[in-house]
Order: sequence, then structure tokens, then C-alpha cells
Amino acid sequence: MIYLDYQATTPLAPQAREAMLPWLAGPENPAGFANPHSPHRAGRGAAAAVELAREQVAALLPPGGRVVFTGSATEALNLAIIGSGARVAAVSAIEHAAVLDTAQARCDVAEVLPVRSDGTVDPDAIFAEDTRLVAVMQVNNEIGTVQPVERLAERARAAGALFLCDAVQGAGKLAPPHGADLIALSAHKLYGPKGIGALWVRDGVSLDPLIHGGGQEAGLRSGTLSPALCAGFGAAAKLAAARAEEDGAHVAALWDAARDVLARWTLNGSAEARWKGNLNLRLDGLDVARLMSECRNVLFSAGSACASGSGRPSHVLRAIGLLDAQAKNSIRLGFGRYTTREDLVEACRVLEAAAKAQGV
Amino acid sequence: MTAPPLYLDYAATTPLLPAAQVAMLEGFAIWANPSSPHAPGRRARAALEDARGRIRAALGWEGEVILTSGASEAIAIAIQRCVQPLVAVSAVEHEAVLRHAGEARRLPVDACGLVLRGDCALPGLVAVQQANSETGVMQPLERVADEVHQAGGLLLADCAQGAGKLYTPGADLIALSAHKFGGPIGIGALLVRDWALLRPTGGQERGYRGGTENLPGAMAMAAALEAERGWLEMALALRDRLDTAITAAGGLSIAEETARVPSIAAYRMPGKSANAQLIRFDAMGIAVSAGSACSSGSLRTSHVLSAMGVEGANEVIRVSIGRETTAEGIDRFIAAWREVAGR
Repeated sequence: MIYLDYQATTPLAPQAREAMLPWLAGPENPAGFANPHSPHRAGRGAAAAVELAREQVAALLPPGGRVVFTGSATEALNLAIIGSGARVAAVSAIEHAAVLDTAQARCDVAEVLPVRSDGTVDPDAIFAEDTRLVAVMQVNNEIGTVQPVERLAERARAAGALFLCDAVQGAGKLAPPHGADLIALSAHKLYGPKGIGALWVRDGVSLDPLIHGGGQEAGLRSGTLSPALCAGFGAAAKLAAARAEEDGAHVAALWDAARDVLARWTLNGSAEARWKGNLNLRLDGLDVARLMSECRNVLFSAGSACASGSGRPSHVLRAIGLLDAQAKNSIRLGFGRYTTREDLVEACRVLEAAAKAQGV
Repeated sequence: MTAPPLYLDYAATTPLLPAAQVAMLEGFAIWANPSSPHAPGRRARAALEDARGRIRAALGWEGEVILTSGASEAIAIAIQRCVQPLVAVSAVEHEAVLRHAGEARRLPVDACGLVLRGDCALPGLVAVQQANSETGVMQPLERVADEVHQAGGLLLADCAQGAGKLYTPGADLIALSAHKFGGPIGIGALLVRDWALLRPTGGQERGYRGGTENLPGAMAMAAALEAERGWLEMALALRDRLDTAITAAGGLSIAEETARVPSIAAYRMPGKSANAQLIRFDAMGIAVSAGSACSSGSLRTSHVLSAMGVEGANEVIRVSIGRETTAEGIDRFIAAWREVAGR
């Protein structure tokens, strides 16, 4: 089987797995299982591991802020939106549901910023004067387009609004979004473990917590931190930082190879402003469900994993102006560090042959 | 030569059980997103649902199971999304409940640490814990549930210290955390008797908790809950031994006469502050705590001990034992306690 669903989740890097093992200890080694909030020796050791991981994750982010560990990026985004207390927000039309749904449910006004047909938000999009929070993602999860977040962050600041950037798909791959006040990350999208995410908070930005309790994470997020998950996240972040260039070049070469095979397919979203590990393509008349069932050894998706099975056309593809029928003719291929060129080309050939057999 | 470490802080967190370790490693290999519709995604989904079913079975729970990152998140979901507003909490709840409690009534406890008969008969959401994290005192939850239900209310039971050790109470909402019973940190659950008791917000877990699921954590939690529980009898005997030895040496056992979860005890050493004791024990390689791990280092007087009217609350430390605690370990602690106390 060839895994081409890197936007849904990434394989766990061996280095991240290794980094977790010492923190999954049994009774023989209290230093390997202690509660990092305990003041005794074993607890202090665990706390040191958490802080090392925090620095490793912080290295993916701008200076001048702090990393708050959460249970997921979804939680980080909820903490940012709800915790900011913003009553009036502006969010791009192609945000993940974790942003769109949260803003719509928890703000009095959640203005939707339109997206151009190339899948990028207009950097000069107008938002209401009383907007207190602007949320635009760094890289779209469905079509891979890179958003003009620097410019939007600058404009949000000038308008007196906070700028929240969902960097789940970009963190560890691209430079961090400059000028953001709040940045959300997920470990399992950058070859780390599931069950941990982070919110980067610029110094001076204050948020109200969602989860109260023991007062961990300086009171912003209660709950015992897992040294294992933190260490896995940290190791994955460190590796991503060290390999960013190499990973980027690998993905760009893969993209070219896949595009060669699937040359007649139409690309959804800009070819330039994008993370090349995401290839969202369509063919008029393509029956995607049939393609999936006929190409069982190629693991791809028809949109985000979370929305799969809903049967609804993608809100992202609609936002870039596709008709529902065109949206339903689209597939997403996601690849990354551990994808080989041979596998990818083979998978693309299989998809192309199956599409031809459908007569499209 | 330094003495080998002696871990007596099981209420803060527990070692990972071998079965949970194995499950975790197995889970790391099933890394696809459980929401992906392709074959590995479906396999991850099947493994997740299998783990959920095992958790339900091991707890003897007939309602629903929402997987969370831990008990704090489970409590936050319960309080923020319950169809009934929170009207009362016991005065000895964990901060994870108290800090969400706002204006809700604080239900006093008696000198034994127990909520008073009749106090819980309230319409609305009432939060009463199963076992206290600082003293081990177990609340009479069956009686509490009857009172709450007869008044038309709902009961939220924080079972972080009881789950995996005690019976599952007849509450409407139950919070638990895997790392208190031999599972990993970073996973817990909110048990809910019926979906209709909570308002959904969308996302995974049937719309009650968004975020990609922590499958290795869920598998390890199931494995930890299935572990045999014969050690609890041993724990009870070891704690009796502690109680006897420490009271004989001039210490006081907090709530000694109250029914307590066998894993937790609290002792006052008259004339010596808890912090001074901790520094000495730590230097001897013994891990114990002053109250809960979260509040440690804060120097605040324990709200639990204050609510019970315990004198000298700042001289009380918590000793918590677990599956791996041995009689030798307990005797070593007793000797250390006597040394620190100068007796």
C-alpha cells in the first residue's frame, strides 16, 4: 500500500518514537514516569524533559512568545478563539472546521473572508472595524495553498485585532508566520505523536483558559502534561527544523514527478503559492468513490479526514469557485518525507489508469 | 552511595503497566488518522472502537465513553456542556472542578471529610468526587446520587483517584485519567450516561470532543483498566501498617477512621512543615508530596484540609502507594519518617 494522505496524519518519525520510550517507564525507574508537576527529584527530571521539548517546539516559531502545550491543535485553536474573548472575528472561508465552527459558535459575529480562485485569501480583504480577531491559516489542509499571512497579520495589527494563524500544515516545513499573535500546531502533522498540540502565544497577549484545574502551563491549560508526548513532539520538531530544506526539496521533486504522470488533471489552487506536498486534482466526470474502491492500495482522500464520510462537498473547493460537481470530481494526494519517488509514480499511474478506465 | 529511589507518590501519577507499554507501542505502529476512510484509517478506527469497548467493559459502564486528553479536560467538557448548570460542588473537589465552579454552592464536609446528608438534594449539576486526591476519603456516592436524582439533578463524579481501583458509581457524568491507574499521561475519558445530557460542539467523538484521537493512549488505557486488582488488598494492609507505625511515632493520620481509597494516606508531623519534610525525604530518594502535584510548591494551605478543619494542615504530607509498593518500601519510609521527626 502506498500512503498518500500526509495532510490527515504523518507517520511517526523513528526519532520521535525513540524520544518517547524513556518516558514510558515502569516502576523500575520513577524518573521515567513521574508527574512533571511533582517537586521531587523524579518530577523535576520529567519537568526538565518537558522544558527541553518546549524549546525544541519553540524553535519552529517566532521569537518573543511562549509555547503552551495542549491536547491537539483543535484545542489550541479553541483556546485561542474562545480565550481571546473576541466578539467580532474575521476568518477565511477555507479555514479548518476547528476555526470556522468555533468562531461561528462562540463569537457574535464571524465574518468570512473570501478566497480567490487560486485558493489564496485576498491580502487586502476588508474586515469590519470592530474586528478583534482575524484567523487565516498558513497552508490550507485540503488544497495546500500558502496564504499571505504576513500581510494579513500586519493589517490585523493596524486594525487593533489579534491575528491567529493555524499553522498545522506549515509548521516544521515553512518559516513561521511572521507577525501572528497566536499560532496553533499539531505534533502528528509533523511526524510526531497524536494527542499533543501547541498554541504559541505572543508575549503580552492574554487569554482566558478553557480547562481549569491544577494550573499547569502558567494557568492557561490545566491537566498533567505527558513528558512522553512532549518529548516526541520536541524530537519531531527538532528533526523537522534540521531537515526543512531537505524535506522541502524532496517534496518538490515528488510534486514534479506526480504532475508529470497526472499532466491532464486540473490542479485545484495556485501552483506557485503552495506547499508541494499537497496535490489536489480534479478530472471532469471522475467518480471518486469508484476510484477509491478500485485503487485500494493507494491511500488518498477526497478532502480532510475529519469531514470524510459526511458526503458534503468540500467548503474549500466551493470557496475557490468550483461547482459542487467539480468538487466531487477532486482528489487529494499528500506526500512527504517518507514517500519514495517510485511509490508515488506507481500510485499516480494506477490512478491515471483507473480514471481512464472510467472513461474520463 | 545513594539509596535507590522509593516512589510513594502514586496519586500524582503511576508507572506505566507492562501491558499498557505493549499496547502503546502497538498503537504507535497504527499511525493512520482514525477519521480517514482508507484501509489504514479504518483499521485505526477499528482499534480505537475496540479500545473504547474494552474501557466500557472494564469499567462496567453502560453509557457512552468520550475520550479526552485527561480528567481536567473531561471535567471541563462536563461542566461547560451539561444541559443543566452547575449548582453545587463539594468543598474538597480537585481544582479542576473548583476552578470551573464560579458561583456554584460549596457543599461543606464534616471532620471526616464527607459531604453532609441531604446537602446534595439539588436540581442542577452537582459535582462530588469519588475519592479525594489528598486524603483518599471516599464520598458516599450512591447516597449522593440518590439525593441528586430525587431532586431532579445530575451528578458529576470526578473518579480520577478511584477509577481502576473502585467500583464505577451510579453518576451521570464521570471523569477519569489513565495515568492514575497504570496507563499513560495524556489520555482520559468522560463517561456520560446518555448523549442527551451534553450539548455537542462538533468534531470527533461524535461531536463532543474535537481533535485527532490519541489511539496509542486509548489502547494503553484499556490495557491498564483490564489489569488485575488483587494488589488493592495488599495496599490496604500496607497502609494500615503505615497508619499504625506513624501514629505510634507521634504522627497523625488524617481521616484515619473514614473509608478511604487504599492507595492514599496523609500524615501530619507536628512541629515540622510539609516543605521541610519534603526536602528531607527527597534527599533520601523518597518521592512523596504535600497535597496534589499540581498545587505543590504553591505554599497555599490545602483547601481540602481546611474544609475538614484539620489543625496543622501545613504539616501534612501525602503518601500514596500502588501496585508495586512493597512492605520493605513501607518500612523504609517509616524509618525515614521517624528520622525526619526526630523520634
